[in-house]
Amino acid sequence: MLQVSIYRYNPETDAKPRMQDFQFDTQGKDLMVLDVLEQIKAQDTTVTFRRSCREGVCGSDGLNINGKNGLACITPLSEVVKNNKLVIRPLPGLPVIRDLIVDMSQFYAQYEKIQPYLINNTPAPAIERLQSPEDRAKLDGLYECILCACCSTSCPSFWWNPDRFIGPAGLLQAYRFLADSRDTATDDRLSRLDDPFSVFRCHGIQNCVNVCPKGLNPTRAIGHIRNMLLTRAT
Amino acid sequence: MVTSVTSFGRSGLSDWLLQRVSGVILLAYFLFILAAVAGGVDYASWRALFDQVWVKVFSLMALLSLAAHAWIGLWSVLTDYLTERLMGTTGNVLRISLQLLISLALFIYVVWGVQILWGY
Repeated sequence: MLQVSIYRYNPETDAKPRMQDFQFDTQGKDLMVLDVLEQIKAQDTTVTFRRSCREGVCGSDGLNINGKNGLACITPLSEVVKNNKLVIRPLPGLPVIRDLIVDMSQFYAQYEKIQPYLINNTPAPAIERLQSPEDRAKLDGLYECILCACCSTSCPSFWWNPDRFIGPAGLLQAYRFLADSRDTATDDRLSRLDDPFSVFRCHGIQNCVNVCPKGLNPTRAIGHIRNMLLTRAT
Repeated sequence: MVTSVTSFGRSGLSDWLLQRVSGVILLAYFLFILAAVAGGVDYASWRALFDQVWVKVFSLMALLSLAAHAWIGLWSVLTDYLTERLMGTTGNVLRISLQLLISLALFIYVVWGVQILWGY
């Protein structure tokens, strides 16, 4: 039997959070963590979590699984279970709404700050704005982000300054638009980032790289932003 | 854009660059001092070393780098852990008090250092 320990908290009725233990029979199968949660919810319907696509595309089931952030739907038990124990907590650093569901407002507010859309004030061409295959290739490793928040909520700098540090997810997207050949607001975007917090709270801890379920590298993107700022200002 | 009047250069980039450059200067200086001390020193040789103008200039450079480096680093630590978000108004009072204390200490170190280097 697998020992599953799940973080439970309902701010409306509970004075403080607690861990609830469940015994789970995997029947020898290497299930995904989400499958375990679904089956536990079938027994105890009050266990609350977010999920949607269950295949690592929507990014709604980002959780702290045995101490490491990841998507429950694409994390097999064999990858995380040690000593037959599975501890599931909400993503750290964000306010808990209930059980495993966190309030992502702060995370989205930072995402909004970097203006996550193409800015181009030149007249729109008749069909579409073209991009060479080489320029398009520069967006690889950036556009794949699904905003699951696994990276930002594993980042100590984001824990301490979620209101001022953009965080790895937002910065990866910031660079995605800085690197886009069709975007004409590069200088304005850089000006908005050159303060002691937005980018420079990154101390290269690299938890973001360690946990990203899509295998992306926010630290490298942040390095690119820093180089762009440096090139522009020196 | 998050502005802050207490950060060293008011810009994240300038603080970041200064932190790197001052770090390199400090590393060079400490290696230099280490090499000077490694062979064994007495009063006469130490005095002769610091009688050279370039050693005084290098030392002052290291001292100024130390002050800037310490300010940027400790400012980052204080703005991480002592904030209104975490501690309410207490965080602001503690942070500003400690910032004043640190800047006072660094100022004293710089003036004292100049006096030691050129005063004797």
